[in-house]
Amino acid sequence: MSQPVVQLRDIRKTYRNGDLEVHAVRGISLDIQPGEFVAIMGASGSGKSTLMNTLGCLDRPTSGSYHLDGVDVSGLDREARADLRNQKLGFVFQGFNLLARTSALENVELPMLYAPQRPARAAMKSRALAALAIVGLADRSDHLPSQLSGGQQQRVAIARALVNQPRLLLADEPTGNLDSRTSIEVMGVFQSLNEQGITLVMVTHELDVASYCKRILVVRDGLVVRDEPVANRLIASEQLAKLRSAESAAKLTSVAP
Amino acid sequence: MRLIATTVIALRALRRNKLRSALTALGIIIGVAAVIAMVGIGNGAKSQVEAQVASLGRNVVTVFPGSFSSGGARGGWGSASTLTVEDTEAIAREVAGVVSISPEVRDRNQVLANGLNWNTQIIGESPDFLSIRAWDIDSGTMFSDADVRSAAKVCVLGSTVAKQLFPDVDPAGQILRVRNIPFVIRGVLKSKGFNFFGQDQDDTVVVPYTTHMRRINRRTTVSSIMIEASAPEAMQRIQDDISALLLQRHAVREADFTVRNQLELAQTATATTRVMTSLLGAIAGVSLLVGGIGIMNIMLVSVTERTREIGIRLAIGAHDRDIRVQFLIEAMVLSSLGGIIGVLLGIGISQSLSVLNGWPVLVSTNAILLAVGFSAIVGVLFGFYPAHKAAQLDPIEALRFE
Repeated sequence: MSQPVVQLRDIRKTYRNGDLEVHAVRGISLDIQPGEFVAIMGASGSGKSTLMNTLGCLDRPTSGSYHLDGVDVSGLDREARADLRNQKLGFVFQGFNLLARTSALENVELPMLYAPQRPARAAMKSRALAALAIVGLADRSDHLPSQLSGGQQQRVAIARALVNQPRLLLADEPTGNLDSRTSIEVMGVFQSLNEQGITLVMVTHELDVASYCKRILVVRDGLVVRDEPVANRLIASEQLAKLRSAESAAKLTSVAP
Repeated sequence: MRLIATTVIALRALRRNKLRSALTALGIIIGVAAVIAMVGIGNGAKSQVEAQVASLGRNVVTVFPGSFSSGGARGGWGSASTLTVEDTEAIAREVAGVVSISPEVRDRNQVLANGLNWNTQIIGESPDFLSIRAWDIDSGTMFSDADVRSAAKVCVLGSTVAKQLFPDVDPAGQILRVRNIPFVIRGVLKSKGFNFFGQDQDDTVVVPYTTHMRRINRRTTVSSIMIEASAPEAMQRIQDDISALLLQRHAVREADFTVRNQLELAQTATATTRVMTSLLGAIAGVSLLVGGIGIMNIMLVSVTERTREIGIRLAIGAHDRDIRVQFLIEAMVLSSLGGIIGVLLGIGISQSLSVLNGWPVLVSTNAILLAVGFSAIVGVLFGFYPAHKAAQLDPIEALRFE
């Protein structure tokens, strides 16, 4: 079996709030293999955000070890973690988090500007355009975020996360600000990326969104309480087709006298 | 090159917020323009005063007679008749470093020529007078040493007198009458304008001092002696030498004359304008400082406003240093751009002031360098704190920031 992308061993995170100690994560061990598509679910305060921040190298665990792509990253300093985020991780956020008044192309170029080895200008542009093409927005590269719909903005954010060819794509409630139809579209983008071999981890609290993944982790009180494969996996393209036929049926009935 | 990437990022950030960038730079623009215009006006005033002082002559030492007293009533400076032509000759002979020398005799008289008359000042001088007063002949020639020796009835006219008496004829070669004595007009002096005290220096007729003393007012003493020193540094020594020589010649213990130099006058006059220049510069400097604080203010607001943006940048791999350098570059670009525009605006204001108001304005390179240098320093100094603050943000909290 190949080396896991993520290997967590007894990860703990304790926040100190005055005299009060808050145990956000209380000993999570976890392996994620290449090509997996994992949904992390849990109520607010369950520790799923802390787990996600740890996976994303935004936060350091209080104790335990974290191997990302075979490298121990739990003890790295701020700068090394920044390089790691840039090279091995891609982030998609709930609120899209694109730079305002900045074209889609420049938004996608941003991670390359912070890369330890910055590509040449032309290479940056062609890579950014390729990433936009993957999410189906090659023709919108010069649009500003304000000129794009929510789903399109999120796809630009996905292109930005992909542009440095990360080992792991992390999505924090990526459909939280989207309507159900756009949510399915975005999940469709994730599913096709996953089919191309990209490893994905996503936080969500919606079960039907999690159903598009392959594996569901349920976190409660800082522990993984359930870890199982998705039983009835939804396929985004099928769901969209269903939605379309339902819509046209509704139209037919409304048009009929 | 990470620095190039960061510069690109900073420039993109500035371009995204054109209005905010322009308003931020405005503080520096006004500050720098004010410094340059204010110092320009001050320097212009100073140079005008200096030019007026210089029009009195170069390195000039003047000897005045002392005061006259009779029966307890004391006259003012110059009231005594103690200086003679022989004193003048002795100074020329015995004091080193004297380039030119001229005794001066003054009088006011009615003059007639060309069927017109005019009341003016008639001064008796030697031909050295032109060199001492840094004056030139406009047309014709100056009278010569031979004219002085023979007490010739010749004269040169100041331009005001020439204009009054010969509105449309060239005065050279014409006859001017003083006390009914005919004088041949040799030439006309260049116009020198008003002096420091508001007197028209061109309202004068110059004749050889011998002629003046023998033919016009028949006196044996001179009103003053003007000496041109070889260099400004020699003036003090020449003054001392003249004092010693005259004390000896007049055989008196206490001086019955005064020796003055023109530097003293120049210093008093320029001191005033120098104070004015520094004052204007200081006021403008304060506005530059306020502009700098404006930059810091906007940058601080901008750090708060862009917390989320900073969070995104940190999350996708920006180092603390990248954020710090980005904000520093933004501040520096704003302040130096403001500096450059400010220089152009300052020069523009200076030029239009001098054209519209007729003020003499001198834009000095020093003021430009000072203002631009200061604005660049302001950028770094006042950009540093906001930049540092931005770099210290925690990416998780910055991303959560609404």
